[in-house]
Amino acid sequence: MKKKTIISLVLGLAALMLILTGCGNSGSKESSAASKGSSSNEASGKITIVGSTALQPLVEKAAANFQKKNSKINITVQGGGSGTGLSQVQDKSVTIGNSDIFAEEKQGIDSKKLTDHKVAVVGMAPVANKDVNVKNLTMDQLKKIFTGKITNWKEVGGKDEKITVVNRAKGSGTRATFEAAVLKGDEAVKSQEQDSNGTVQKIVSSTPGAISYLAFSYINDKLQAVSIDGVKPTDANVENNKWKIWSYEHMYTNGAAKGAAAKFLDYMNSDDVQKSLVKDMGYISIHNMKVQKDSKGTVSSK
Amino acid sequence: MDKIQKKLQTKSKATFQDYFGKGICYLCIGLIILLVTCILYFIASKGLATFTQDKVRVFDFLTKTNWNPGAVDSQGHPDVGALPMIVTSFSVTLLAALLATPFALGVAIFMAEFSSKKGTKVLQPVIELLVGIPSVVYGFIGLSVVVPFIREIFGGTGFGILSGTLVLFVMILPTITSLSVDSLKAVPMFYRQASLALGATRWQTIYKVVLRAAIPGILTAIIFGMARAFGEALAVQMVIGNAALMPKNLISPASTLTSKLTTDIGNTVMGTLPNNALWSLALILLLMSLILNMLVKFIGKRGRF
Repeated sequence: MKKKTIISLVLGLAALMLILTGCGNSGSKESSAASKGSSSNEASGKITIVGSTALQPLVEKAAANFQKKNSKINITVQGGGSGTGLSQVQDKSVTIGNSDIFAEEKQGIDSKKLTDHKVAVVGMAPVANKDVNVKNLTMDQLKKIFTGKITNWKEVGGKDEKITVVNRAKGSGTRATFEAAVLKGDEAVKSQEQDSNGTVQKIVSSTPGAISYLAFSYINDKLQAVSIDGVKPTDANVENNKWKIWSYEHMYTNGAAKGAAAKFLDYMNSDDVQKSLVKDMGYISIHNMKVQKDSKGTVSSK
Repeated sequence: MDKIQKKLQTKSKATFQDYFGKGICYLCIGLIILLVTCILYFIASKGLATFTQDKVRVFDFLTKTNWNPGAVDSQGHPDVGALPMIVTSFSVTLLAALLATPFALGVAIFMAEFSSKKGTKVLQPVIELLVGIPSVVYGFIGLSVVVPFIREIFGGTGFGILSGTLVLFVMILPTITSLSVDSLKAVPMFYRQASLALGATRWQTIYKVVLRAAIPGILTAIIFGMARAFGEALAVQMVIGNAALMPKNLISPASTLTSKLTTDIGNTVMGTLPNNALWSLALILLLMSLILNMLVKFIGKRGRF
């Protein structure tokens, strides 16, 4: 009896292995077929895009429009965060990895293997709860608030109220951009961390004395967008770099883009997308930028 | 003679059906065992990489309070002190269990001892409905109702252990209640009859006889509730504030093991220290749920009567 049990267990496991390896095989066959499709110049194939949630809505919309014209190309767009996007495109698990930050800035990513395609620009601004009554801060004051040296709004001309700093999750693209532009290497004060623009928006608008930062498209009239050194957070000010807190939205491919992926990236860069979709969804067109920024944050005129 | 011998010696159709059925069962068991082993191995290997690859000392990981996996401290050790998250996770779990148990017991005693069949018929679905509500809904209610409420009454930002506890309280209440009801109903009727025959009042019977007899079941119920509270991620993440700080009081923003995992995992790169450190947090969670499960088994064994 015992022997039989063991035999059937072994048989069961063997069958399982067969099934699993079977799946594995068919899977790899499929993917090799897909890569063949994308390497040839025909406009067909499968593109998987994963990464930044900030860029996701734009890419989703663009992909939908693109597929209307190119019915043979199948595009899947997923979120997951900039880190996921970069690491998965490095592993070749996906065709395109979306990221809010340069691959060079991310620990554990070999940026030499990846090709950068900048598709849009996002401006970010500090936002505060309406009750603090502060509309302008100097860059130095902003830095002191986020490093925890200024803790009351009255020190910067507001009312007597404790400052509640709401940060984004460590490693998030928005936070990296904000810290690079404002903190310039200093450590942020330990505080609340939220993992999405939406939650930050809700928390800052409902918590008295709260300050955080958001992408332009998430700023609404329930929040107080704060000017820095008298410069208002507008698209025009980002385009000529008067407003310093902005970043590119990147779409990375492993090596040069080929086939369907190249075609889609061309489409992202075309006037179709840049002149209408990008603007409609609250991003700034890459074509409008009068300056450029490299991975170390150095800005030069175009 | 030959015919009978043949019939007796060859296997019948029924026997083959038997083999077939058994085979399917073993296949399923094998699959599940394989799956569990894979998950355990995966989490353990990833979680231990923090200590083997990145040379973080286990003691530092469990006792230091500074969580900043990207950076190193003055002596060049990576800053991965998970104590704030561990403390917060345990605090919300214990507080939620403490708060929920009296309520759950009250409802359970009512349902098992006092309520008419009709009353139970109404109460049962109500309790079960609470289990079915998705945790993101609890979190959203917490964010829009509980957090402002706490802020009004106690000041601060409203985010913190207290808000987390209140949300978890509602979430684990049905678990504890329904399991307690089962264990109260399992107490044999003659216990009650004997107690009443001795002249005890109804309350004395419940308090001194039924509850005592049902204690192992009730403890199991509480531990199941705690296991749910310990593993809950989304609802807690929305109301706890997610600051990797040692909680100073119940209304300062803090971060649990699960909330840290859900906030940060998308922003790290596989194979780097920040990612491995998160896997180590997952390993702690896994170990804790194993311990809680073992506790349930242990109580079940001791409490058999």
